[in-house]
Amino acid sequence: MDQFVILCFAVVNSIALLALISLGLTAIFGMMRVINFAHGEFIMLGGYATVIANHAGVDLWLSMLVVSPLVVGLIGAVVERLIIRRLYGHLVTTMLATWGLSLFLIGAVTAIFGNTTLGVSASLGNIAIGAYSISAYQLFLIAITALLVVFSLLALHWTKYGLIARAAMQNAELAATLGVDCDRVYATTFIIGAAASGLAGALLAPISGVLPHMGAAYVARAFVTVISGGGALITGFLSAATILGPVEALLSYFATPVVGQASLLLLAVIILRLFPTGLSSLWTGGR
Amino acid sequence: MLRHIKHALFPFALVLVALTGPFVLEPFDLVNLSAFSAMAIAALGLAFAWGTLGILNLGHSVFFGIGAYAYAIAVSNFGDSTLAVLIGTMLPVVFSLVLGSCLFFSRLGDVYLGVITLCVTLIFYSFMTSTADPWFHIGRVPLGGFNGVTAIPSLNMPANPQASLSTEATFSICLLALAGAHVLLSLVRSSDAGRIMTAIRESELRSELLGYDIRFYKLVGFALSAAIAGFGGTLYTAMMGFVSPSVFDLPQASQFVLWVIAGGLGTFVGPVVASFAFQLLSSQLGANQVFNTELIFGATIVLFVLLAPQGLQPMIARIANLKLTYRFGIFRPKEKAA
Repeated sequence: MDQFVILCFAVVNSIALLALISLGLTAIFGMMRVINFAHGEFIMLGGYATVIANHAGVDLWLSMLVVSPLVVGLIGAVVERLIIRRLYGHLVTTMLATWGLSLFLIGAVTAIFGNTTLGVSASLGNIAIGAYSISAYQLFLIAITALLVVFSLLALHWTKYGLIARAAMQNAELAATLGVDCDRVYATTFIIGAAASGLAGALLAPISGVLPHMGAAYVARAFVTVISGGGALITGFLSAATILGPVEALLSYFATPVVGQASLLLLAVIILRLFPTGLSSLWTGGR
Repeated sequence: MLRHIKHALFPFALVLVALTGPFVLEPFDLVNLSAFSAMAIAALGLAFAWGTLGILNLGHSVFFGIGAYAYAIAVSNFGDSTLAVLIGTMLPVVFSLVLGSCLFFSRLGDVYLGVITLCVTLIFYSFMTSTADPWFHIGRVPLGGFNGVTAIPSLNMPANPQASLSTEATFSICLLALAGAHVLLSLVRSSDAGRIMTAIRESELRSELLGYDIRFYKLVGFALSAAIAGFGGTLYTAMMGFVSPSVFDLPQASQFVLWVIAGGLGTFVGPVVASFAFQLLSSQLGANQVFNTELIFGATIVLFVLLAPQGLQPMIARIANLKLTYRFGIFRPKEKAA
């Protein structure tokens, strides 16, 4: 029984993790069709921002929830202005540019902070379940991920900005004739996506620690989740996370983490074979 | 006629280097250049699949890696490198046919295809890193997990495992192979089938409506690119003497993509030159230790994309065209025929 609870917890945790790391990418790749290979590095920068701020004496929760999104959002703004803005619509070139950016950021962080793991501790204690115990921080992580997902769903569908953003993504030309400043919408969306990635990195920092190469662990999984999700933005990647997460968690538990990750990728391949435009084509009618 | 000579110029230059290099260059440079050209061969495979056929294959390294591992295992078991090279070339083809028939028959879009192929190579990476247990072995070669297969014999004379080839001979073989791959792919591209493949790249729908089976052509082109990549992988392994799971990982996969875009999508000379240039750059940066390699490398790529988004070869071709038109007194850049 206890073991079952723990297993359920691991499954939910895995779903939350996938959702958390792909939230920022949904905005940048899912909406804007910018293949952002530097997504993992945005996560990494978020982690670093938290650790550095915390070591400088800022309260941990403040540095996680406020400083990191701000810092990475700012970096995102600079990146958008200098690089991405010139390349909208050039899928391949953007991919190359963001790959260069990812290497550049890894290199810069290594040069400044060194190639070592830094960490912060967010000890909320443990919660005992029978003979096992789970960390309360993990529960916090799940809760805040759920909050973020609900928030972005509301923001996208219930606010004026969400409407404008969706319009600009669906048909930029038409939106422009109706008076929408598409460049600005793109920039804002990119910054929001970067900030969300930064927040993800900040939240993961106490669990995994931060090091310059940490982004690589997340970028493939985030892409897989967003792409298997398909056209419907939030519900899409959420459904993909719900299917991919348990498989990874259970196989990691019963076999090895490597088998878990490999089977996640394999499952994504199968999903895309069955639904070539992603899972959400089931309820959006193949758009 | 002039056009044919112009096209033959690049492979001819490669042959020239292959023949004169051993007398001019240091052994260290010979080894380096051989490894570079093995990589360049694999890059040519992607340049063909992507540039000519329009298959956005982000996981090209999977064919390279399968070729590399196949060579490593075969040569360590049998001792004869010629057979091993053959196996290392054919196994990726078999795999590409299986993978390709999954991909092309479900009519996946560009980006989705790219991500699936990337996933496939990452699956291989994950699997290969988890084979540290001695239980994972083929013949008498353990797969070795993260460390990979080591102490792989280099190329030897056909049917004579004892007579391994010298560094100079291997260098010549690698460069000749590169020239050969270039000629082969150029010939395929200018053949009837190659023209249909180019048409498919331009518009799948139109080609299909004209009655061409695009899935068949894509599958054949994919297999050809896999063969070239696998061949490159075998040569690389033979040069290096070891192979590790990193041949499947993300940096390796993106490297091929980088070279092809940097050289110019749809060209063959560009990717080869770009692959040499970038490998030279990264080995120089790795050697001097002053700057952080990734920092410089990343900045170079970003600047490159912003300054020459079309890639190296088209940019140089355009500059050359400009000069010609200026020389003849026409101040407007010549409109390039499609």
